[in-house]
Amino acid sequence: MKRYGGFAAVDGISFEVAPGESFGLLGPNGAGKSTTMRMVGAVSTRTAGELSILGLDPDAYGPEIRSQLGVVPQSDNLDTELRVRENLLVYGRYFGLPGRLVAKRADELLAFAQLEDKGKAKVDSLSGGMKRRLTIARALINDPRVLLLDEPTTGLDPQARHILWDRLFRLKEQGTTLLLTTHYMDEAEQLCDRLVVVDTGTIMAEGTPAELIRRYSSREVLEVRFGSDRNSEVAKRLEGIGDRMEVLPDRILVYSRDGEAELVRITEAGLHPITSLVRRSSLEDVFLRLTGRSLIE
Amino acid sequence: MTEALSTEMRSDTARAIAAGRRPRRWGAWYVALHRFRVMKSYTGTVVVAGIGNPLVYLYALGLGLATIVDANAGDQALGGVSYLVFVAPALLASAAITVASEEFTYPIMLGYKWNPTFTGMSASPLRPTQIVDGIVISVTIRMLVNLVLFFALIVLFGAAPSAVAVLMVVAGLLGGLAFGTALMAYSSTLEEDTGQLAMVMRFVVLPMTLFSGTFFPLSVFPVWLQWIGWVSPLWHSTELARVFSYGYAEPIWLTVMHVAYLLVLAAAGWVWARRIAVRRLGR
Repeated sequence: MKRYGGFAAVDGISFEVAPGESFGLLGPNGAGKSTTMRMVGAVSTRTAGELSILGLDPDAYGPEIRSQLGVVPQSDNLDTELRVRENLLVYGRYFGLPGRLVAKRADELLAFAQLEDKGKAKVDSLSGGMKRRLTIARALINDPRVLLLDEPTTGLDPQARHILWDRLFRLKEQGTTLLLTTHYMDEAEQLCDRLVVVDTGTIMAEGTPAELIRRYSSREVLEVRFGSDRNSEVAKRLEGIGDRMEVLPDRILVYSRDGEAELVRITEAGLHPITSLVRRSSLEDVFLRLTGRSLIE
Repeated sequence: MTEALSTEMRSDTARAIAAGRRPRRWGAWYVALHRFRVMKSYTGTVVVAGIGNPLVYLYALGLGLATIVDANAGDQALGGVSYLVFVAPALLASAAITVASEEFTYPIMLGYKWNPTFTGMSASPLRPTQIVDGIVISVTIRMLVNLVLFFALIVLFGAAPSAVAVLMVVAGLLGGLAFGTALMAYSSTLEEDTGQLAMVMRFVVLPMTLFSGTFFPLSVFPVWLQWIGWVSPLWHSTELARVFSYGYAEPIWLTVMHVAYLLVLAAAGWVWARRIAVRRLGR
């Protein structure tokens, strides 16, 4: 529970993450994800509630907890007054690690982040994806038990995202506990063993991506467009088609086990959508079902 | 939770407790080391300003202006010392204020906001109070270097007659920190710089230099203007530096007052800056 004045940014978010697990907080901007992450990161203090990280209370054991965490914040806070490799060296020292060990790890991590030849570069000369990878490398300098990632790929182009996911997946394989927030359902599906859907500071649902889709959505989704003006009007005539329907401003989503079959029924009813698309259900649909809104607005 | 998992967690807890020891004890020094690494990028400026500024001021005021002052003021106007000897301790004390207003303003805004390295530090084992302490340590050391250089030049100018003249470095340091920690606390409260820091330079630092008995004794002012000197840390550090430099005659209680006032101010600003850091970084 976290309150700012009268506003409760986080109100009743409760979850448990096991060592080695990869756990996600999925929700739109302003849902309370980052605040939760800062509390788990033993930085932001709780207004109320219980929190235990690695079996310790962050109010009393902040430095101890943080010594075992790697934190990748939402916006990069690399030190632009220092060079790329220096960023790793200096950060490693904050953990009280010996200089020689930090230097060795810095070189390993530069390789891991595919930045070997950028060691002496200025931070500002790096691309967005490189900065992100450097931030992750910095978060790993203390060989953390838990890695906290707040919106790790927001603002990156598709290629940079895939490189990053690959790196994170390797960490997961090595047994690092990952706790990440995202508003991208594909990211959550790629990286999370288990996740909670968060909105307005509370948990809406919890489970594995597959479970959530099974519980809150159908196997397939048929997307049909009739033009922005006609969608809601046509929707009335589609009653009874599919298990359920969502009418969005630009399209109608029909939830069903068999999308193609529903499309046939629609055409048989004499309706001809401008475009149609059958796809698998995703976490986006789960979110839409739970909150009546889409993730990215 | 299974048995294996809870065992793993216990070992993680033990590992965390062990890893927290060094940062808990030495954290402030890690921050200071970071500051030094950053300062290294402007070592040139520090050294050139550290030697150049005193030279310029000592020449212009201590030798240039002094020819007029010494010719017109008479022997006893400045307690029997030449203008150079009179103004040198004040220039040294002002140099500390200059360092304070460089290091405790924009670098603080930078760390909280423009390039939020303090946020990065607070995600590591470092505590917000250690961040503040580390900055104070690093600036103290930089200030000390500047003041020692300044003192050496004063000696070269033959303007430090007393045997304990070197203590004026301490006087300058106290003044610089008394003003600097409060300035740091103020800079820490700024969410945005819409010219506040420039205003501080113009309307606090500059008048303070003019009204703190730097270039002429405070006693030439009417009493209703002298209070500016009494509250100004610079006046206290300047007077203290004069006592050490040439045995400026003042009652002993006043000398004790200078030291006490500066210490209290420095400590109060320091505590204030720490409290703001805890609040701002723990949001």
